[in-house]
Amino acid sequence: MASGETNVRSKKIMKREKINLTVNGHAYELDVGRRAHEVDPAHTLAKTLRETLGLTGTKIGCDHGSCGSCTVLMDGKAILSCMTLTVECDGKSITTIEGLGDPKTGILDPLQQAFIDHTAFQCGFCTPGMLMGAKALLGQNRSPDEGQVKEALSGHYCRCISHYHVLRAVLEAAKRAR
Amino acid sequence: MTAMKTEYRHIGKPTPRKDALEIVTGKAEFIDDVKRPAMLCGKVLRSPYPHANILEIDTTKADALPGVKAVLTHKNVPGWKTGIPRHVRVLDRKVRFVGDAVALVAAETEEIAAEALGLIKVEYEKLPAVYDVEQAIQPDAPQLYDEFPRNLVPLDVKVFGPKSLSKVVMGDVEKGFGEADFIGEGTYAYENLANPLPLEPPGVIAEWEGPEKLTVWSATQSASWHRFIMLSKMGFPDIRTISTHCGGSFGSKNYSAQPLFYAAALAKIAGRAVKVMYTKEEHFGAFALRLGSRFRGKVGIKKDGTVTAVSGEWFVDTGAFSDMAQAQIAVGCGEAQLMLRCANWDLRTKLVCTNRNASGIVRGFGGQELESAFHPILSIAMEQADLDPVEFFKKNYVKPGEGYYWRDGNWWVCRGKDYSNAIMEGAKAFQWKEKWKGWLTPTAVHGSKRIGVGVGVHGNADVGEDESEAYVRLNPDATATIHACVSESGMGQRSSLCKMVAEVLQLPLERVNMTPPDSLINPFDFGLVGSRGTFAIGSAVIAAAEDARQKLLALAAPLFHSEPDELETMDGKVCVKGKLDTGIPWKSVTGHTQTCTGLGRFKPDYSVPNFLILFVEVEVDTETGQAVLLNVVAATDAGQIIDPLSLEGQLYGALGAAGMDTALFEESVLDRSRGHLLNINMIDYKWRTFSELPRFRNVILETGIPTHRYKALGVGEIATSPGPSAILMAASNAVGKRLCDYPVTPERVLKALGKIKKE
Repeated sequence: MASGETNVRSKKIMKREKINLTVNGHAYELDVGRRAHEVDPAHTLAKTLRETLGLTGTKIGCDHGSCGSCTVLMDGKAILSCMTLTVECDGKSITTIEGLGDPKTGILDPLQQAFIDHTAFQCGFCTPGMLMGAKALLGQNRSPDEGQVKEALSGHYCRCISHYHVLRAVLEAAKRAR
Repeated sequence: MTAMKTEYRHIGKPTPRKDALEIVTGKAEFIDDVKRPAMLCGKVLRSPYPHANILEIDTTKADALPGVKAVLTHKNVPGWKTGIPRHVRVLDRKVRFVGDAVALVAAETEEIAAEALGLIKVEYEKLPAVYDVEQAIQPDAPQLYDEFPRNLVPLDVKVFGPKSLSKVVMGDVEKGFGEADFIGEGTYAYENLANPLPLEPPGVIAEWEGPEKLTVWSATQSASWHRFIMLSKMGFPDIRTISTHCGGSFGSKNYSAQPLFYAAALAKIAGRAVKVMYTKEEHFGAFALRLGSRFRGKVGIKKDGTVTAVSGEWFVDTGAFSDMAQAQIAVGCGEAQLMLRCANWDLRTKLVCTNRNASGIVRGFGGQELESAFHPILSIAMEQADLDPVEFFKKNYVKPGEGYYWRDGNWWVCRGKDYSNAIMEGAKAFQWKEKWKGWLTPTAVHGSKRIGVGVGVHGNADVGEDESEAYVRLNPDATATIHACVSESGMGQRSSLCKMVAEVLQLPLERVNMTPPDSLINPFDFGLVGSRGTFAIGSAVIAAAEDARQKLLALAAPLFHSEPDELETMDGKVCVKGKLDTGIPWKSVTGHTQTCTGLGRFKPDYSVPNFLILFVEVEVDTETGQAVLLNVVAATDAGQIIDPLSLEGQLYGALGAAGMDTALFEESVLDRSRGHLLNINMIDYKWRTFSELPRFRNVILETGIPTHRYKALGVGEIATSPGPSAILMAASNAVGKRLCDYPVTPERVLKALGKIKKE
């Protein structure tokens, strides 16, 4: 069973005591352990990003994989960082909201600009996850139709109901990027 | 009317939110992003029982765990109390719902705090529990609080002054019912305990600087509340409150008395900053639900739709407690009168506590609760009279010159708008006349699927509630700073206020900024409640900007050898009116290091109610019983739009925050044998996804409303309110059977159709 495999893998990782991951282009070597600065094997990627690396742009809404607010990219694919253990991310490349666009020049990703132009948020708490979900979609499909955007974002909870603005923004960003 | 509309430089134009860049780059700071030096994590041990006495509580092992800095129980917690009247302790020797707080721990890490909770030993004496509002008031019912016999929470608490409204009694109902041609009657409830459920869970950080000086960081929509409401409850320490970006509130996070108590109590003992951040489970099970609402009564109407009498008893269920229920009752009673013009009322209320998670403030604030329970009765009367509900609402919604008792118990006369045009424009956009086929008659039938339409209205006069004060400071670098204690929880109101000030001062929008929501640096503002931001806070900042402008022109007049009223300011230069080439920069008027500050104030004005009508189209599958929302039209008159994109967002909000979907699928499911809420996670608590969006159109009239110089009126808060009853009406019309229970589950539909057995 899978759990057996996981146990073997966790043990290996515990032995290795270090994991390497790339976040927004920066390479990190993190110590695995139970001390304050270390990555506990029980830590989720969301927790590591926010608390160990200080990248608080990634939000935790439910911490149970059902609201989408913690969405980040792992090797270009959207994942729920609250449902991913950091020790499982060895060798992976992660992109968070802080890595969207060009943080050096301050040039925004077309999605970010479109979200600004359409005020595609109200409270803004779901926005980082929503943007990363949309980014993953546009990485796979440069010209999504409205139905495909809805499907891709259907796991993202927005209680303010900015969905209609978000749809306009994502479709507009896709158009601009083409 | 549109032809007469004033064109403004900023007002009414879509402009990027001032905080847009922070939000899309992840830099916007929310409460869980804030760290204080040496900050501890606070956690709460919660009761597994709905009603129990705590006989013994042993914290020895928890105290001894390395990394634990404070452990509190009812034995050693400060004696602070909340609730109206004050009856809710920080921790008590009794628990009153599953999830009630039993003990508190502050520790170096979340993991240690959680481990310590597990080491606390509690011995409970289980007590019988009561969950039904009418059973709770029986003499033999289990009693939650010694001070509230029969679980009746006092209503004579003067929450809005000596005449605070807790019932609607006027005219002669007996005579009124005598004049009625039709009477709708019955008992109906809106008590599915929906959760406003903002995405971000509640959180508070507390830090003491000495025994009498407390700083509180929190996610709130009203930055001042944690100071002015909590002061008296906590023995008057000096409380400084700072609001971070708030990840949604919908009323519920106006203030967070319990998390604040926990963080402040722990911080006091530990001598360090403490953050209490609720988990989603706590957010669901131990924060703020909608009030339960049940109405037993009747309404009399004439053939022409004139309402002759309303009478009945409104049972309001707080759960274990509520900090605002009397205020919600007052506003609900007021709002019922806005919706229904009627001379004869005898509407009485009972406020009752029961053994389930507490209620709190939720968008709709009493009015949505009352109207949703009252509507089935109204529908019965309209159905008997065969009246078109749109015509009925148009006839009966309050008009200028008509009066109502508002929450303060005073009689206010409407000097606002006749919203008939908004109703008609909305009806046209929805094609109501084409779609309305009569009561309990579908609009269309496609095999097993039947489509029905429904409509609801709501309005609130609290748009002009409470007090605001603001300063506007003109800086020598030709920028302006607004000092007002205003949070950002999604309305975009901070940006809209900047637009108003930029308009008064004729500055580019990027030159107007606002101080952070912090009670230390800002004058008092009541907060962003009841859609008061546009009218109440707007009036204060406009007045402050105008005052500053006048002062600047008075300073400049000698330099121009003219009178102030011959001058104007444009883009940071003072000039002779109409002669931009005479302009001199502000710094030449004020000096390079001096500023010019204006003050603005707003006093309550309950004479300008807002209004929203929602039209809905629902498809019900008579085979599966599933009801699906296809189409929504929201219509209102905002007087003047400040920011079109933000306003649209507010109206789309009808679908969120325990709004329309409380009639379709949103509910907290209470196990009445054990007192547990069964669906307190985001899988089992149903919410609308992108894939299920209905068509949604907003019809927003701008005919100018007598508020302030921009003639604008807020409308966001009420977006959720007309929806639930409109959905019931639409689903009933679709299937041809009267559906009266929220939400309209497949089971209820199939029962109504006789396809499955009734209980």
